[in-house]
Amino acid sequence: MIAIGAPYLEIAVLVCGMAILLLETFATKMDRKLFAYAGIVVLTAVLIGSFFLAPQETPQSASAFWNFYIADGLAIFFKRFELITTILVLVMMIDYAPEIQRSMDRTGTNLGEFFSLPLLTCAGLMYLVSAIDFIFIFVSLELVTISFFVLVSFARKDAVALEAGVKYLILGGVSAAFLVYGITWIFGATGETNLQRITTSFAGGNVDTHAATFGAVLIIVGLGFKIAAVPFQAWVPDVYQGAPTPVTAFLSVGSKTAGFVVLIRVLQPFLMLPNMQRLLVLLALLTVVYGNLAALPQQNLKRLLGYSSIAHAGYLLIAVVCLDGPSLAFYLVAYLLMTLLSFAVLILVSQKTGDEISGFDGLGKREPFLAFAMLVAMVSLAGLPFTAGFFGKFFIFASAIAQKQFVLVAVGILTVACGFYYYLKVVRAMYWPAADQPSAQNETITISPLSRLIMIALMVATIVLGVYPQPILNALKH
Amino acid sequence: MLLFLVLCPILAAILILIGAPARFTALVTAILNLIVAFVLFVEFDRAAAGFQFISSTVVSTDWGIHFAFGVDGLSLLMLELAALVSVAAVWFTGKIDSYESAFYACLLLISAGAIGAFAAIDLFFFYAFHELALIPTFLLIGIWGTGNRSRAAWKITIYLTVGSFILLIGLILLYQSLPASARSFDFRDLQTAATAHALAAPAQRHIYLLLLIGFGVLISLFPFHSWAPEAYASAPSPAAMLHAGVLKKFGLYGLLRLAVPLLPDGAHYWTQLLVILLLGNIIYIGLATIAQKQLDWMLGYSSVMHMGYIFLGIASANSIGSTGAATLIFAHGLSIALLFAIAGQIRERTGTLSFDDLGGLAKVMPFAGLAFGFGAFAAIGLPGFANFASEIMIFFGAFRHGWEMQRFHLFQIATVLALWGVVISTVYMLRAYRATFMGTMPERWATLVDLRRSLRIPAAILIAALIIVGFFPQTVVNIITPAIRTYFLTANK
Repeated sequence: MIAIGAPYLEIAVLVCGMAILLLETFATKMDRKLFAYAGIVVLTAVLIGSFFLAPQETPQSASAFWNFYIADGLAIFFKRFELITTILVLVMMIDYAPEIQRSMDRTGTNLGEFFSLPLLTCAGLMYLVSAIDFIFIFVSLELVTISFFVLVSFARKDAVALEAGVKYLILGGVSAAFLVYGITWIFGATGETNLQRITTSFAGGNVDTHAATFGAVLIIVGLGFKIAAVPFQAWVPDVYQGAPTPVTAFLSVGSKTAGFVVLIRVLQPFLMLPNMQRLLVLLALLTVVYGNLAALPQQNLKRLLGYSSIAHAGYLLIAVVCLDGPSLAFYLVAYLLMTLLSFAVLILVSQKTGDEISGFDGLGKREPFLAFAMLVAMVSLAGLPFTAGFFGKFFIFASAIAQKQFVLVAVGILTVACGFYYYLKVVRAMYWPAADQPSAQNETITISPLSRLIMIALMVATIVLGVYPQPILNALKH
Repeated sequence: MLLFLVLCPILAAILILIGAPARFTALVTAILNLIVAFVLFVEFDRAAAGFQFISSTVVSTDWGIHFAFGVDGLSLLMLELAALVSVAAVWFTGKIDSYESAFYACLLLISAGAIGAFAAIDLFFFYAFHELALIPTFLLIGIWGTGNRSRAAWKITIYLTVGSFILLIGLILLYQSLPASARSFDFRDLQTAATAHALAAPAQRHIYLLLLIGFGVLISLFPFHSWAPEAYASAPSPAAMLHAGVLKKFGLYGLLRLAVPLLPDGAHYWTQLLVILLLGNIIYIGLATIAQKQLDWMLGYSSVMHMGYIFLGIASANSIGSTGAATLIFAHGLSIALLFAIAGQIRERTGTLSFDDLGGLAKVMPFAGLAFGFGAFAAIGLPGFANFASEIMIFFGAFRHGWEMQRFHLFQIATVLALWGVVISTVYMLRAYRATFMGTMPERWATLVDLRRSLRIPAAILIAALIIVGFFPQTVVNIITPAIRTYFLTANK
């Protein structure tokens, strides 16, 4: 059997991204959509390759590189996760390409960049889930963030997109600064940047816990921006609304997931510090309450999904508080399925009728397939049984109850009820529009076979995992 | 066979959404289910106390969740109710203007949710199947409802969501309060653990309160009832039949199945609270029902009121009271479904259900008048109907509970007040009957036509079931008693 070293996966993705960039520059005659298809093929190949990995060398015996790179079960699982996300985002980008071209005046310009940047981001995300050294965490985080700077403001003729880009740039810079500052404090306190060695030096005892706590708090602030935890969420609604929709989807799934994986890796040594858990509980409480309450009055679906992604970050933080890796991972998988499904529908619908919720009025009559897909996504986001979203919430609440975090549970329940309201608002719009005006939008929406296939796959996966969650739990055990 | 009962409506709903002829498929499915349910009833071994017809598939080994089904006497009775009312609800569905296929798919999904919840013997799927019905209910009321349908749809959905998540927390807490070795989602294992007194009394109190509130919201227990009349008044009548007749009974079934047998100490601790709340249902809601000016609102309130009697049977925590409660669940489900069905037929013809506009309809709709009369008399609890047989058991059970000769006990007071409740329900049912079917008929209703001939079949089925159980209560008491008796072997240590 062929065995592939884990780092080759990222290298393959990086090479493919660079190749597309070169082709964009020199092969001016080529159809740009081919680049996206090439990207999808390569990523699929890498995804398949990830099932033939050579057993990893243990960090102790290995060379310098292995000191900051780990390919344990968690890392492999999330590498696949990020690969799947990127493939789905590329499919959405193909559907979205006409919008980009419209905002760029000249046809076809720069589309190659639009398709290659997600590959570079994907490589960064894959490094991020493997990183166990602060330096490496920082470098790969920057690879992700800088690609996103470009992607968010890609439709640069559009004032809203530019605003989103500037906001993301500034807050991304600030969060990076917090992160680096935190890393220096921890380095000062422990003399290490490697997470495993930091754990040992904490166990050794002669560490200034105040300095280390301060550093850890700064790092939580820095990562808080990435996962959109309250009070570091201010950028989310505007950026989500302004960015091209596939990029929004990528931000809310890919970037957030990597943030959570890093958070749970980084926190492991620091949870023995005093008050750290209390701080996280507070963060989780603020995040679920703010995200859900702020989502209630939203009329724009992209903005609504932005706030809902803050709310979901809150539920995920509950899993982080309980240090429950499997629940976190399952919730993230469910989150991937339902979020990408809703964005896939949104991209198709918004090209005709805009991304206000009122644009979905009467979709149940116009496009029963899209409406049903959206129904599945919304029901799963709300957390109804027989969808993956319910198992996600079930596992998280179960571990919160096991840890006796009853305040979190009680607040969580109330906010779930809020969630039902704003997700079902979309369902209501699709099936019984508030004003019974004959909808003027009679244009039919063309769904490409590829995206129809993807949507069906996402729906089926959402429902199957809602009945039979064991495959994901097994995949984590590795 | 149980798997067939559960999966058949779901498959049919999918087929209908894809494009199968809606009414035909739905009706055939519902009738097939009724036949299978009847076969189960005949095949059921009445002497055995445990679960029968068990089928089980592992879903998650880590969590010990099984896709497991089985019935004992209690759940079998619930299944019969669900199958009977499903047939009637589908049959009574009139012409649907928009999204006809979605309407029937939603009805079938509610039916599947109820059947799945009643047949499941795994805590997880017991809960999950009930939630399956939430979105179809939301859509049924929202799309096809009347009156202030949007408000009613939101209200029922938010109420039931909060209720069921409180319930979920209670169930998870129940699971985690067991010692690690005894943790299981399986009803049978839970029962064994309860028999071995694996749950400490203080833990039982917390869990029972959560379950009581969670189930209470779903059943419209007194302070949490306000969603019910509004939703039933706005819902299209087949949806109201299924929800009031079957789905709402999930909460009562849950109390009988889980709360009473597994948490006897908790149930004992909160008895007084429950008795006070259920008197709120019987007296306060009863009086509110008398004040209603519309038939649909009156029926909605009356269904809330009658929950009080079932609660009384459950609260009495003895074999006869609980058997009465289980029988009344069955009887009330049938009678309220019949009443909502006839009310729906009237609304279809007249466009109004306000008592001021109606009157004398028995002249033009004699069969509707007859069927409504049967339903109303059953709901009052006239001897000869199943409701009477079960209420009498409840009253005996409740009066006997904690029998102390020296002083008049809380339960005896409650029983006396509940008996006055029967008078209240007589008042509002007869008033409604008079206002709708008796008296002078406004000219404009002279051209109304009676129920179609084919619609008389489901009405006759419901009436026949009510009367058979009314005259021969032993047919159902026989199958419930072994199941209930095992509970109180546990409870009375």
